[in-house]
Amino acid sequence: MIDVQFMLDKLPAFLGGGDGQPVFSVTDGLVLTLELLGISLFFGLCLAVPLGLMRVSRNRFVSGAVWLYTYVFRGTPLLVQLFIIYYGLSQFEAVRESWAWAYLREAYVCAIIAFTLNTAAYTTEIIAGQIRNTHWGEIEAAKAMGMSKGLMMRRIVVPSALRRALPAYSNEVVMMMQSTSVAGLVTLADLTGVARRVFSDSYLPFEPFLTAAAFYLALTFLFVWLFKLAERRWLAYLAPRKH
Amino acid sequence: MLLQGYLPSILEGAVLTLKVAGASLMVSVVLGLVGAAFKMAPSKPLVLLAELYSTVVRGVPDLVWMLLLFFGVQMLINEACASLGWPAPEIDSFFAGVMTIGFIFGAYMTETFRGAIMAIPKGQMEAGRAYGMGPLRVFFRITAPQMVRFALPSFSNNWLVLVKSTALVSVIGLNDVMYRADTAKSITQEPFTVYAVVGAIFLAITTVSDLLLKWLEKRYSLGVRESEL
Repeated sequence: MIDVQFMLDKLPAFLGGGDGQPVFSVTDGLVLTLELLGISLFFGLCLAVPLGLMRVSRNRFVSGAVWLYTYVFRGTPLLVQLFIIYYGLSQFEAVRESWAWAYLREAYVCAIIAFTLNTAAYTTEIIAGQIRNTHWGEIEAAKAMGMSKGLMMRRIVVPSALRRALPAYSNEVVMMMQSTSVAGLVTLADLTGVARRVFSDSYLPFEPFLTAAAFYLALTFLFVWLFKLAERRWLAYLAPRKH
Repeated sequence: MLLQGYLPSILEGAVLTLKVAGASLMVSVVLGLVGAAFKMAPSKPLVLLAELYSTVVRGVPDLVWMLLLFFGVQMLINEACASLGWPAPEIDSFFAGVMTIGFIFGAYMTETFRGAIMAIPKGQMEAGRAYGMGPLRVFFRITAPQMVRFALPSFSNNWLVLVKSTALVSVIGLNDVMYRADTAKSITQEPFTVYAVVGAIFLAITTVSDLLLKWLEKRYSLGVRESEL
């Protein structure tokens, strides 16, 4: 039925090792998946905090522009966004002739751009929602202490909003981790890409895809557990009373 | 001429995408109801089975599920037929896509429906039983109508994610909007325009669904006071 020996033989490929090479020697498989995820989450979060602040701005044009961005990126499939960047940009001669073309033709760079913009859109809405949920008393107290708007945002509103955003953000991270699997559709050899390669070489469907599935499942559990720890650390004051 | 006459073909693909999404939704709702019923069943093995289903399915990317189920089940059927000496049947990719997506989102629906049923005070179901209604009648007369309200927000979210997931079905050979876009892209040499149109189609679908579901949420929450600060 399922050839366990074959799965074990192919395991190094999922861990980024080629034939006869030590594992983790190439950034393929698991390493590539984590790399794509880590880089895009980092840049996504860096974008999402200022965008979240702009989203709750009283200026209609500022918040409207950010709304349009999150609306478009949350309303279309990640695969379409990835294809627009990876295949689409080549339509414009200005792009093909610019210095950036050397990077933009790489599937790796395109995947990171698409994933970053996608996760930033979802995270912006999460953060904006939590900023709006800030208790009015905290803002009143900050004003009463004579804080300027910038100081109040930096010391009171943003830190507490980011903490409260943790549960929703943990969902976003797990979703994003699973979404990185579409990288396997633009020639990249992430976990899914490696599985597809092994499948097309061997025509055995269960072995490669079950291996990939096991990796994703383990990663999901890992992230859920890590975020539980983080919530215990930073959201302890919101936990139900233990006595 | 926009897209050198390829627009109709892409729109046809979009119709197929919508059909796949709609049919998968139905499969997922049925699986979700069964899953939720199992999760709240008094029997331990059923609870465990439902728990396993909703955890494992939600922990693995939809793309991997599609590849695994589509190629895996096809091979199993081929092997079974070969051993019986029958000719291997051609699996309809529409059916395969619908079943796969339905199977995946059934797991999300399981959680949605379980949460919604738990939000209804238990006494109401007990009262129904006390009046001599059977379990099915209790479900259709008491649980289901109220469940809708609690399930709708999460149901809407699932539907929106499901629609976006259908963009992946072209990997299993379905002639959907992404597949048509791929053809149009190679011939017209206008990949950006092609995928922008596809993106706009998806945006239109999600926008219309969002409006409809918001309206439904309002209807099903009639008589429920919103808490105001």
